[in-house]
Amino acid sequence: MSILVDDNTRVICQGFTGKQGTFHSEQALAYGTRMVGGVTPGKGGQTHLGLPVFDTVAAAVRQTGAQASMIYVPAPFAADSILEAADAGIEVIACITEGIPVLEMLKVKAVLAQDYPEVSLIGPNCPGLITPDGCKIGIMPGAIHQKGCVGIVSRSGTLTYEAVAQTTEAGLGQSTCVGIGGDPIGGLDFVDCLARFADDPQTELVLMVGEIGGGAEEAAAEFIRQGYPKPVVAYIAGATAPADKRMGHAGAVIAGGQGTAAAKCQALSEAGVHVVESPADLGVTAARVLARTTEGASSL
Amino acid sequence: MNLHEYQAKALLSDYGVTVPAGLLLTKSSDTSVVEKHLPESQLGRWVVKAQVHSGARGKAGGVKLVEDVQSALDAARELLGTRLVTHQTGPDGLPVEAVLVEPAAAIARECYLALTVDRALQRVVMIASSQGGMDIETVARTSPDSIRRCVINPTIGLAGYQARELAFSLGLEGAQVKAFVTMALNLYRAFVERDAALMEINPLAVLDDGNLSVVDAKIALDDNASYRQPEWWSRRDANQEDPAERKAIEHGLNYVSLDGNIACMVNGAGLAMATMDLIKHAGGSPANFLDVGGGTSAEKVTAAFKLILENVRVDAILVNIFGGIVRCDLIAEGIIEAAREVSLQVPTVVRLAGTNAEQGRRMLAQSGLQLTAEDDLASAARTAVALAEKHGESAKR
Repeated sequence: MSILVDDNTRVICQGFTGKQGTFHSEQALAYGTRMVGGVTPGKGGQTHLGLPVFDTVAAAVRQTGAQASMIYVPAPFAADSILEAADAGIEVIACITEGIPVLEMLKVKAVLAQDYPEVSLIGPNCPGLITPDGCKIGIMPGAIHQKGCVGIVSRSGTLTYEAVAQTTEAGLGQSTCVGIGGDPIGGLDFVDCLARFADDPQTELVLMVGEIGGGAEEAAAEFIRQGYPKPVVAYIAGATAPADKRMGHAGAVIAGGQGTAAAKCQALSEAGVHVVESPADLGVTAARVLARTTEGASSL
Repeated sequence: MNLHEYQAKALLSDYGVTVPAGLLLTKSSDTSVVEKHLPESQLGRWVVKAQVHSGARGKAGGVKLVEDVQSALDAARELLGTRLVTHQTGPDGLPVEAVLVEPAAAIARECYLALTVDRALQRVVMIASSQGGMDIETVARTSPDSIRRCVINPTIGLAGYQARELAFSLGLEGAQVKAFVTMALNLYRAFVERDAALMEINPLAVLDDGNLSVVDAKIALDDNASYRQPEWWSRRDANQEDPAERKAIEHGLNYVSLDGNIACMVNGAGLAMATMDLIKHAGGSPANFLDVGGGTSAEKVTAAFKLILENVRVDAILVNIFGGIVRCDLIAEGIIEAAREVSLQVPTVVRLAGTNAEQGRRMLAQSGLQLTAEDDLASAARTAVALAEKHGESAKR
């Protein structure tokens, strides 16, 4: 098992014939993702990477039964692409595109909440999601992943790869890794992913990678505090970041004294989360916590 | 992007928000302009305000009260060409290249009005407080009950009743309520149509004569929306930004100056922050945040090296690249090229992981350059800290 996607998930790419779409579709195919086609308006009927190209997502869904989409459409058109996917009945939408205006995403989120509550949007401005050995939807390097028991949810890209590599190194592997993105307004958040990991039998531990800015980590802490069935290990990037400076990601800013790493770490610790101070300790801590949990279980 | 006060007021004026008549002066302004165009003041007093991207200008001496044309000119001359240091700017301050002269107003009381995006609610919110003239974080601590917020549905926009509710919460009455509602609705329209991230009128003054006045206005626009707001982005004042940060933007890099001595160069914002944290964890202090981007190139790496080395405080460099889509051998090539080009003297630790990391490390080792290759995250940080200490000491001698 896994969350959101697996080796049966039929995937399309929006922005399929563009440079990014082409490159990452090739990578997804090489990884074994069940890609069934792609969408580029005006190029319907063509074949690209051996797969059919459609003019609209609706046509792609009708003819291929696509369930998930990865979006590599440029920022000015990406919000529209998300809505098109949702309206066509796509269940999991991963929007990789960076730089969508905040007010645009705000409207998209309002429409999704009202008209398409069943849709899971990942991102925007994210690396995507991957279920090792099954389905890669995004820009992450497939080779560092290994099928296993750790569910990873992260606001970062390369820092997620770090967490992945460490859990692979530790022999734990990953159930599913979700990069939820670095924008202030995004799709699934920590709580949404934690809830899905809680119900996934393959996931034995959740690794959360947060960063400064906003209150998503605090919300996750509150959710966990109310009773979470699995151990959680967390790292929050940006303990050394100055206030009122945007640290690369649009959402990574300590504003008005809110959103500091210290406050997030404290909230998570108080909720019983194993918070690591150094990002180099994610893998070893996950291994230690799991070993302890297993010991505890066997001694009962 | 932040706007200057005079730009913010011009933007608001475009949307029908009444702002005080003002006169903008720069170093090249003709002195006769002041005589001819000084806006009328009923009180016979004017304020001369330094235009810098910072709050707390008054306390820092950036706002002067004057009583005639001559003293207005004197105040303008005194401010123009200087750097204003406020508690928000850092020790170097910001250059004063323009001053705004406005008639002083007889203020009865000061309120606060703002629009911003609430991340948790995923909505635009309008915030009002009867306690204006100080920053809202202070008000939130000292008199939280004075703050009212309304959450705006993007389909409807700011509703009339919401604006009225805020007006009454501010203690406005009679014609003031209608004036406030009109202002609030216009403000929201400006916020949405101009892709703002923050709009703040502070203080929003209630004058002795009962009228409302936008005494100071602050606007920040959403960086992501720059492509569809060319009119305002063309007026961006780059001189108000950190020179290194400005140069970084030109090269497609994300850079933030910090005050430590260990520079870092990383691909990805999260990993860049994590690298700073690691340096701190190992007992050092980061000199900067630098994200060269997920899919970086040799050219970007070279530009990044040059940028880092402009900071004279740097005693060591830590390069941390997790090769995903970008291959480590290409990065190594960029590092070697850059190190030769800038004849690198500062001890540099390079940590490569991911795609083709082994090959990249081999290239670094064979380059004959003084580069320390590491494959472990924590030990890379420790090595950088140790090398920085040694370099700092030898520099002192």
